[in-house]
Amino acid sequence: MTTLVYLIPVALFLGALGLSGFLWALRSGQYEDLDGAAERILIEADARDKEGPRSN
Amino acid sequence: MSCCAPGAEMALEVAGATSASPSSEEIKLASRSLGGDIHQTDLSVPTVHCGACIQAIEAALGSVENVASARVNLSTKRVSVRWRGDIVPPFFAVLGRLGYQAHLFDPEIHEKDRTLSELIRAVAVAGFAAGNIMLLSVSVWSGAEGPTRDLFHWLSALIAIPALAFAGGIYFRSAANALRHGRMNMDVPIAVGVSLAYAMSLYETINHGEHAYFDASVSLLFFLLIGRTLDHVMRERARTAVNGLSRLAARGAVVLRDDGIREYVPVAELAPGMRLLIAAGERIPVDGDIVSGNSDLDCSIVSGESAPKAVSAGTHVQAGTLNLTGPLTMQATAAAKDSFLAEMVRLMEAAEGGRSRYRRIADRVSALYAPVVHLAAFLTFLGWMVASGDWHRAMTIAIAVLIITCPCALGLAVPIVQVVAARRLFEAGVMVKDGSAMERLAAIDAAVFDKTGTLTLGLPRLVNAASIDPAMLAIAADLAAHSRHPFSKALAAYGSVRDRTQFDRVQEEPGFGIEASSGGDIWRLGRRGWAGWKARTGGEGRYGGLGGTVLAKNGSIVACFAFEDATRADAKAAVERLTDAGISVEMLSGDTARACGEAAGSLGIENFVPALLPSGKVERIEALARAGHKVLMVGDGLNDTPALGAAHVSMAPATAADIGRQAADFVFLRESLLAVPLALDVSRKAGRLIRQNIAIAIVYNAFAVPIAILGHVTPLIAAIAMSASSLIVIANAMRLQATAKAAPEAAPARRRTDVIEAAHP
Repeated sequence: MTTLVYLIPVALFLGALGLSGFLWALRSGQYEDLDGAAERILIEADARDKEGPRSN
Repeated sequence: MSCCAPGAEMALEVAGATSASPSSEEIKLASRSLGGDIHQTDLSVPTVHCGACIQAIEAALGSVENVASARVNLSTKRVSVRWRGDIVPPFFAVLGRLGYQAHLFDPEIHEKDRTLSELIRAVAVAGFAAGNIMLLSVSVWSGAEGPTRDLFHWLSALIAIPALAFAGGIYFRSAANALRHGRMNMDVPIAVGVSLAYAMSLYETINHGEHAYFDASVSLLFFLLIGRTLDHVMRERARTAVNGLSRLAARGAVVLRDDGIREYVPVAELAPGMRLLIAAGERIPVDGDIVSGNSDLDCSIVSGESAPKAVSAGTHVQAGTLNLTGPLTMQATAAAKDSFLAEMVRLMEAAEGGRSRYRRIADRVSALYAPVVHLAAFLTFLGWMVASGDWHRAMTIAIAVLIITCPCALGLAVPIVQVVAARRLFEAGVMVKDGSAMERLAAIDAAVFDKTGTLTLGLPRLVNAASIDPAMLAIAADLAAHSRHPFSKALAAYGSVRDRTQFDRVQEEPGFGIEASSGGDIWRLGRRGWAGWKARTGGEGRYGGLGGTVLAKNGSIVACFAFEDATRADAKAAVERLTDAGISVEMLSGDTARACGEAAGSLGIENFVPALLPSGKVERIEALARAGHKVLMVGDGLNDTPALGAAHVSMAPATAADIGRQAADFVFLRESLLAVPLALDVSRKAGRLIRQNIAIAIVYNAFAVPIAILGHVTPLIAAIAMSASSLIVIANAMRLQATAKAAPEAAPARRRTDVIEAAHP
């Protein structure tokens, strides 16, 4: 019983962490272009400027 | 839709890829301001398909002056460009040089994303809650007792609250909405079941009871939400693909003011009396009269006539027709809201009947199902009250009946099949607007086709090439490469790439033809009366409306060309397959009886009605509907739009007029007309699977309900029964994917770009 007192909150916290991570990813638009994300990994990073996603 | 005949690459090459791109005023009109002097323009680029495309486009656009950023979205095949200042950077020229056809896309309004992200959020929250509650429930089922069990129940109750609020809210709102309108849908029993299960479990928890159904209520929501989200994603994909097609209607027009100033004005602000300049290649924005200029108009999308119409000063023109060869000045006689297009929308709204009366299978089933289930639960309550007198026990068992009958499988039975079917059609290039369209398509027994643009491509094809002197044909082809007229494009395909005739001077006479001089000879390609001025007139009608085109050398006719409308790929096979499937096929057209007769003859269609007005098509479809037929309408023109609305279910090719594409239930992107029998086939299979799934759900209830009524259902049994029935229903739906894969693939378009380019004005 005593172990439950901290184990359950820990389990719930970890679960909630995952959930909030997913919701954050969703809100920041990471699911908007799944096909593009898969291809962009192949584009060389050197060719890009500091602004990030835009290549130059 | 006349931009690209098979083999029009050469025409494009000559005309330059930039010829079709919108003016910078139009781009500015379609862009949206992001504050400051930054604007965003959304372009649809259908040929983007890999990482290299992303890099090439982003790099090229990024280096254009005044472009702040360019971002490709590969999933939606779009590019959004942010640019500074007042002058529109030349995106279309840059993309054209890279070999990408782009077209303007109306600025995104972020309303559609809201539903999707609400659904995904709900799935995430429900999934989290269902997982954790199930974990706690398993501990209870494994023997947790006393205060531990109470603790677990309390925790479950707590975790379930956000899930019910977030995920359940969608169902509660939908159920409340249905009840307010006196209707019944599948969400009503779901909402009742879930909320009663939660309330009863909470009461049990407070009183240290043994059985709580928190896991049942939350995992039920989770399963159902998955189905609903998949359904939404599928429809959204279809919608995005259809919206990504280029717009055929004009966004605005250049107005010539009295003081000689030219100004670009959006269509909605065009008023009668304004003088408009229409360049070759542009569409007429509003009804009006030609003031000056000669040209040919492509009316195929407006009236269904396949032959271009020569126009000159004084001719009345309808909104939506495409100006092919020469610049025109016209005077508007009607505002956009009174033009032909608006008239079609009005007719369509008036005709909308078959579709709005249709009630979906799921709603019809739930209208029977929900009262039966709720009555059964109520009778169980009464029965146990009489038998035991213990109201708490009677209540618990009655709610257990509700939970076990909660239409988890039934709620998934329909959407999951439709998701699989829509995906199958999507892969074949057929976009489905919503699930009810497939249910309606499965029920049809008559198919009505439009001719021009649907059964045919609306593009002329040379039919007598074999009987023409090859040398003359080559000269005609080289001449034709200089014009955008559909006949010229058909002819240009016969040109040889290597040795072209050298002309000193080439000039197009809009409305008549092309004149060129070469080594002292004057060649003319065009209307018989104009080109062959030395020849005696007559014989003009020998090849019908499409036969008056000749090649003349110094006024003497050296070759005659006969054209006919090219039939769409596999049109004949599609008609045959529909007839085999027991569908009566009919053709309704605005074109002449002669042209219709030829097309019907070559396609094996027995019934056809020529020279119909838009309202005539609607009347014909309504007559069929009154005779008890369920009619599928396939059409592309503006004149078909009211008929698309009037039919039980409708389909349109990607090359259709904008409002036609919006009105149609299905849009097929590839050239092959086999998309129609394929959609019918998949819809019928889906209909069968849906009925099987509903039968499975009912059989499941037939077993589960007696157990529940006798009071033997524990939360464990409820959880197992619910998951098992859902899995069976999903597995059954997946069979559609398997059988459909085994079926022969519909032939893909010969060139994917055909359709895309053809869709381009």
